[in-house]
Amino acid sequence: MWNLIVRHLNDLVAVALFVIGFADLLFQKNMIKKVIGLNVMDSSIYLLLASQGYITGRKAPIITDGVMSAEYYINPIPSGLVLTGIVVSVSVTALLLSMTIRMYKKYHSLDLDYCLMMARGEG
Amino acid sequence: MKAEREKNDPKTIISGKISGKLKAVYRVSAVVLAVLLFFMLATVMIGMPDIGNKNNPDNNEVAKRYIENGLEETGAVNIVSGMILDYRAFDTFGESCVLFAATICVMIMLRIDGQTKEDDEEAKKVTFGIRESAFSLIDSRNYEPENDSILKKSALLVVPLILVFGIYVVLNGHISPGGGFSGGAILGAGLILFLSAFGFSATEKFMNAKTVKITTLVSLLIYCLAKSYSFFTGANHIESVIPLGTPGAILSSGLILVLNICVGLVVACTMYSFYALVRRGRI
Repeated sequence: MWNLIVRHLNDLVAVALFVIGFADLLFQKNMIKKVIGLNVMDSSIYLLLASQGYITGRKAPIITDGVMSAEYYINPIPSGLVLTGIVVSVSVTALLLSMTIRMYKKYHSLDLDYCLMMARGEG
Repeated sequence: MKAEREKNDPKTIISGKISGKLKAVYRVSAVVLAVLLFFMLATVMIGMPDIGNKNNPDNNEVAKRYIENGLEETGAVNIVSGMILDYRAFDTFGESCVLFAATICVMIMLRIDGQTKEDDEEAKKVTFGIRESAFSLIDSRNYEPENDSILKKSALLVVPLILVFGIYVVLNGHISPGGGFSGGAILGAGLILFLSAFGFSATEKFMNAKTVKITTLVSLLIYCLAKSYSFFTGANHIESVIPLGTPGAILSSGLILVLNICVGLVVACTMYSFYALVRRGRI
């Protein structure tokens, strides 16, 4: 069991971060804290992808000393996928935060429950 | 203040008793759900291939091909750069467009046209919600730190270094770690530091809505024209007329340098405009 956990440590930490972010989304009422939770979830995905691409004892995929053998470098594809993830997460965060600003301007509160109640009362 | 409002709201008074129980049920079920999710995902992860094993199924012939033929075909020493800006250039174009779309959406939501008297009155009421506070940050959108000499002096020292480093990272994207996205983020951070030290009156001279729009659009257009010609030629990838050059030289690897610069400009403008829009509703 212990051996299994050590071999999958990165994966398990990624899962733990994901669940922490998810619980944050469930428990927090404050919109900014919810956005922080979403970002923690994003980071867990980067950790998962980056550790899937890693190969023990190999170098980063930048050609050094003219060695062009695939036996010498780690897998470059997950690195590219992490880049895509970061860009999307930045965009989503900016969008959510600007929506939060709009919400605050209308209801003078960051509490999502309170704002939803006010919105229902208006409608 | 919020509690007062909630107390006076009749809806809260009526639903107070029900929502108390509902909240407890919600909390317990949320904990159960989170724990369940952890064990579910952890079980799946234990069944995945070991980390760092070279025989994992994701280390297949695609990665091998990128590493072994990447230098010849793209001319980029940094294999990840060659991958995302040559083999998978459309993907990166999509990413740049996502950033552009995010800027536009944030602009739609936060942009404030003109600074009329009503706007200022509105800002007085709304800004940070501190209405009758003695030192309220009235109209923080136009608040500029005039006499912060520590910030100004350190920004004078640091900002040129940050900008030069950002340009270095963008221009060396194909021969060392880095590239358009990371370099653009560094450039944007330098611009934001400059803005917080010297205020909008200083940055408006070179970064206004017009510059941001033109830079972003021209960069995206150059990227689009440089890479999407193969759509119009029936997805036939024509041999590039641009020489690949010596690997490792700064002017090498065909179009990757140009595309890196385009992406870097888009990212820098996006970061700067996010900050400016959030701070005062105008780039």
